[in-house]
Amino acid sequence: MVEYRDGKKILVTPISADDLKDVHIGDILYLSGSLTTCRDVAHRRVVEEGREIPVDVRNNAILHAGPIIRPLENDKFEMVSVGPTTSMRMEKFEYEFVKTTGVRVIVGKGGMKENTANACKDFGCIHCVIPAGNAVVAAVCVEEIERAEWRDLGMPETLWNCRVKEFGPLIVSIDAEGNNYFEEKKIEYNRKKDEQVEIISKQVGFIK
Amino acid sequence: MNKEAQVQKMTDMMAKFVGYTGKKLPDDVIAKLQELREKETEALPKVIYDTMFRNQELAVKLDRPSCQDTGVLQFWVKCGTGFPLINELEGLLKDAVVKATFETPLRHNSVETFDEYNTGKNVGKGTPTVWWDIVPNWDGCEIYTYMAGGGCTLPGNATVLMPGEGYEGVTKFVLDRMTSYGLNACPPLLVGVGVATSVETAALLSKKALMRPIGSHNENERAAKMEKLLEDGINAIGIGPQGMGGKYTVMGVHIENTARHPSAIGVAVNVGCWSHRRGHIIFDKDLNYTITSHSGCVL
Ligand code: SF4
Repeated sequence: MVEYRDGKKILVTPISADDLKDVHIGDILYLSGSLTTCRDVAHRRVVEEGREIPVDVRNNAILHAGPIIRPLENDKFEMVSVGPTTSMRMEKFEYEFVKTTGVRVIVGKGGMKENTANACKDFGCIHCVIPAGNAVVAAVCVEEIERAEWRDLGMPETLWNCRVKEFGPLIVSIDAEGNNYFEEKKIEYNRKKDEQVEIISKQVGFIK
Repeated sequence: MNKEAQVQKMTDMMAKFVGYTGKKLPDDVIAKLQELREKETEALPKVIYDTMFRNQELAVKLDRPSCQDTGVLQFWVKCGTGFPLINELEGLLKDAVVKATFETPLRHNSVETFDEYNTGKNVGKGTPTVWWDIVPNWDGCEIYTYMAGGGCTLPGNATVLMPGEGYEGVTKFVLDRMTSYGLNACPPLLVGVGVATSVETAALLSKKALMRPIGSHNENERAAKMEKLLEDGINAIGIGPQGMGGKYTVMGVHIENTARHPSAIGVAVNVGCWSHRRGHIIFDKDLNYTITSHSGCVL
């Protein structure tokens, strides 16, 4: 579902492929509903070991992150601090992961490459980044941690299934057409870098 | 006060100060981020800066570390030979980090190499890092604290260039690093460059350069000119906050230098992320302290 509130575009889970049709790279979004932290080992288990993911992420969102959690009473938990981790580490697994789990929104840090872009295009999914270093903003968007699965992986790797409210800002880095924001930007940055090296080099000939 | 009480006092103060620096950025960084924030006009960089400032406000209000990666603790100590706790200093800094780890709390970021286990206390063999500069005929002690996060540690690089490659080679070395690794290190960055005679001299200087206040310049005129050229050049690449595009990419470029062997130019680059958690505190012999980095910080 898509909602608009106070000028914000909010994706509300469950999200359909249709909801992502008008979403383009560089767009700013927010997310409400089900968001599950999922990183290295969980990807490995799903893709390499073929295990079934114990939290249903179909039409929902995952976050590449390892949070700091405070245990409360009665098997409840509090999100103290959460920030995205480098998404590129999951690149290798993401095509298969999206294919098997049916996840719609992947949130992390930095860009991803063709594997993920192809998954986004083939299965109707997007990759977004949440500005890193903002652990408190992200943590206060978590209303409740509803479930904790694969706890044997330890705090950073556990699947923490969160109910979030207007989690963001999320900036779309790969859209459902497979356009890739960072890859496009990188070409521009490298071109400008070469120009700058040339300009500066003309002014630093100190060794004569 | 006897020695033991003094050690305890300084340990407590350093633990508090370290914790404080994980929650609030230094004055110069906040001012610079504010300045850069105001200069951006596009929606994307603006929303990123808005998030950063809201995060810093919430961190103070809720008394939590502002970034979940509280890094490896590094101290650059300039200690007078007459400072009463010179012998105890390195040990007490380690104790202060353990204390801060549980009180703040800080993330556990010390993994013993080869044995490959996390000590769970943020200290290990050689961590926290302590660099010593001994100051003769002084009874005070000056300490820079720094939280070296993983993301901003990654772009670090050092090499030795041949003189034929010159300062043009230094330029390329630094700029290449910005587009390959810098954009994932949470820009706007503070960039430290060491120009010296070998890898280790350049590398150490590139980190020390990050301790300088933003807006300061190398005292050598040409080095200062190069700082400005690199700053403008990296900004012109347009990497912007979080690498997503914007008018400004760096909070500054600081070069530190020494003389070199005629046949070698040692060069190194190190970056601090937007969450540049640097502190600066000076103690006198009676452990009265002055904090220059964070106005209003009381221990
Ligand atoms: S680079 Fe800095 S702000 Fe970004 S996640 Fe690492 S420590 Fe935090």
